[in-house]
Amino acid sequence: MLAARSRLPDLAAVTRVDEVGVAERVARFTSRSIKKESKVEALKMVLSMIDLTTLEGQDTPGKVRQLCQKAMHLHDRRPGLPHVAAVCVYPTLVAVAKRALGDSGIKVASVATAFPSGMAPRRVKIEETKIAVGEGADEIDMVISRGAFLAGDYAAVFDEIAAIKEAAQGAHLKVILETGELGSLDRVRRASVLAMHAGADFIKTSTGKVQPAATLPVTLVMLQAIRDYHAETGRMVGMKPAGGIANAKLAIHYLVMLKETLGNAWMTPDRFRFGASSLANDVLMQIEKQLTGRYQSADYFSRD
Amino acid sequence: MDRPARASALAFEGGWTYSPAPESTEHVRIDERYGLFIGGEFVRPAEGRYFPTLNPATEEPIAEVALATDPDVDRAVRAARAAFEGPWSRMKPIERGKYVYRLARLIQERSRELAVIESLDGGKPIRESRDIDIPLAAAHFFYYAGWADKLEYAFPGRRAAPLGVAGQVIPWNFPLLMLAWKIAPALACGSTVVLKPAETTPLTALKFAEAVQDAGLPPGVVNIVTGAGETGAALVNHPGVDKVAFTGSTEVGKIIQRSLAGTGKRYTLELGGKAANVVFADAAIDQAVEGIVNGIFFNQGHVCCAGSRLLVQESVAEEVIDKLKARMETLIVGDPLDKNTDIGAINSQAQLEKIRSYLEIGLAEGAEMHQSSCPVPERGWWCRPTLFTGVSQSNRIVQEEIFGPVLAIQTFRTEEEGLAKANNTPYGLSGGVWTDKGAKVFRMTRGIRAGVVWANTFNKFDPTAPFGGYKESGMGREGGLHGLDAYLDLDA
Repeated sequence: MLAARSRLPDLAAVTRVDEVGVAERVARFTSRSIKKESKVEALKMVLSMIDLTTLEGQDTPGKVRQLCQKAMHLHDRRPGLPHVAAVCVYPTLVAVAKRALGDSGIKVASVATAFPSGMAPRRVKIEETKIAVGEGADEIDMVISRGAFLAGDYAAVFDEIAAIKEAAQGAHLKVILETGELGSLDRVRRASVLAMHAGADFIKTSTGKVQPAATLPVTLVMLQAIRDYHAETGRMVGMKPAGGIANAKLAIHYLVMLKETLGNAWMTPDRFRFGASSLANDVLMQIEKQLTGRYQSADYFSRD
Repeated sequence: MDRPARASALAFEGGWTYSPAPESTEHVRIDERYGLFIGGEFVRPAEGRYFPTLNPATEEPIAEVALATDPDVDRAVRAARAAFEGPWSRMKPIERGKYVYRLARLIQERSRELAVIESLDGGKPIRESRDIDIPLAAAHFFYYAGWADKLEYAFPGRRAAPLGVAGQVIPWNFPLLMLAWKIAPALACGSTVVLKPAETTPLTALKFAEAVQDAGLPPGVVNIVTGAGETGAALVNHPGVDKVAFTGSTEVGKIIQRSLAGTGKRYTLELGGKAANVVFADAAIDQAVEGIVNGIFFNQGHVCCAGSRLLVQESVAEEVIDKLKARMETLIVGDPLDKNTDIGAINSQAQLEKIRSYLEIGLAEGAEMHQSSCPVPERGWWCRPTLFTGVSQSNRIVQEEIFGPVLAIQTFRTEEEGLAKANNTPYGLSGGVWTDKGAKVFRMTRGIRAGVVWANTFNKFDPTAPFGGYKESGMGREGGLHGLDAYLDLDA
């Protein structure tokens, strides 16, 4: 909890980001050729890092129970596959998910703080967080107040994250920057630094409700901020790109980027997650292709 | 102010690793033995001697190529002269342009094969030959093809006539690309050429000769003679040559310049470099680190415009060096044909020995050396990415061109000091500036005396941009509109 009481850093001193240079570095990651055993290993790692997500107005207990079943039994016809890392739902459905997942080891993540806009008074956000944790959420995915951030009121954003961290009572806190609304990679970098100093356990790109959601360049900038924060403080903050990562090939590009930016210590579901709703089945299809040499129809993979 | 202690290094070794991803060589055709390409045909060398060209990653021979001696060079120059007097200089420019376009398209069509051969013969990673060397070579032909019938617009008010026979000598670091820089503008301007590729990397030039045949160029317009320094000297000193174009070491460039004095031959020389890459505290540090890596480790540092001197502002020096060391750990050194290789083989044993001698000089001068910990194959010629700290302007590893993956790092305090150090060198081929401040970019890029200066990037090439040096880095410009001048006879 020490980090939560740290001070707002001088964001003007945060290093600048050159978008052209970032794009060039990203192009190198995407040109890595991942084949054979290293591909199978990567695909299994991707599965184990997925936060299987449903965040719709039409979500029901039935839908969430089905999703939890999928989370635990991704593709039982192929033994030896991992389960996903977590199921991510709205606070009102946390209890349903918690019951459905039982002792599977899969975490329940709840969005909170007036997701996705964050447009609510702070006490409402705090109360919502407490409710989600009370219902059994292991992880809280909060959104920052982008309006306050863009208005330059960094202290307000910092204090709010620190307050939610406290309200989360030890539940893992993922801080969503909603990078698609920040407007520049410079701001992404600053928001990352701010969130980590305020106590984030993970920093996360997007709600999935705004375009663009996660991109490779944005994620690279956040990973580099995590690396520098670790170098300064020794604390290892996790990363979660969310939204727009729908196929296995793209997910592997993310793993290459993670490996070459933060190294092996981050190559685990404790430090890296994919927020995704449709990624798992493409990954499963690719695993079957690697192991059998054939692509199978989408109808051979369960869709919940 | 105390800097926070930088936490323990990140672990890149082991864990999830990339399986080998070798580029296929099945589609590649290399003959066992190549003759000289003279007058549109492959011919035996006069003395009947051949020499092997080796794969620097395995030290195994790939093919034998002919050794051209004086009579062969003479024959090639005569063939070029006949082609110049005959069809080529009198051809309608628009028709000449079509031939050059055809060569550009043939390079594109054969790009996969050319890329693999470039990596086999020279040691550069397939990623670079595939994504940079071969596409850029094609781009040069496309660019100059477009000029062929527009020369009167390039030099308004002046009459531009074809020059004659060009004798061209190119290096081993970018074999096909240097060929393109030399041959494309010459052909577009109506000159004919005799080109000598480097003795360690002749194969893509010989494959290009096959493309010249397939394109149906009139015999003698392009001639390729293979051999080492003596062949080059014979070509440069041949009285039938009107213009000499040389890319290579400053040492050889000076010999050529002396031998050409008083002959009336035109010449362009593109020679060595020891470029400063200047990183200011207000730069985008992570992207600057990428630029430093690209500046010195691109093509194993076998780049005349490599950013081999890093000048970093003292307040961020520790951070930049730490990040650079971490980034070096992620560079993959090894099989040039593996698609994931970042740094390939050193081009030749002689070059490796030269690089090693500089590492010893650096250590003897008291500099601190750091190398990445990556494994390197047992056979072949390899050098781990290397940097030296604790050096100053008076160190030889700061003053002299090493032409390998070796970076010398110095610090500076003020903009004036950075600029003075950048310019305090006998060379002036390239330079780099890294800062987020626009005004500083303009002051520094105007202040650095070098032919090309990059801002917030490094080692970017384009056919439209002229390239060439100040001081001991050479004279004349290649590329762009400026590159036409070297192959034209312009009336006053």
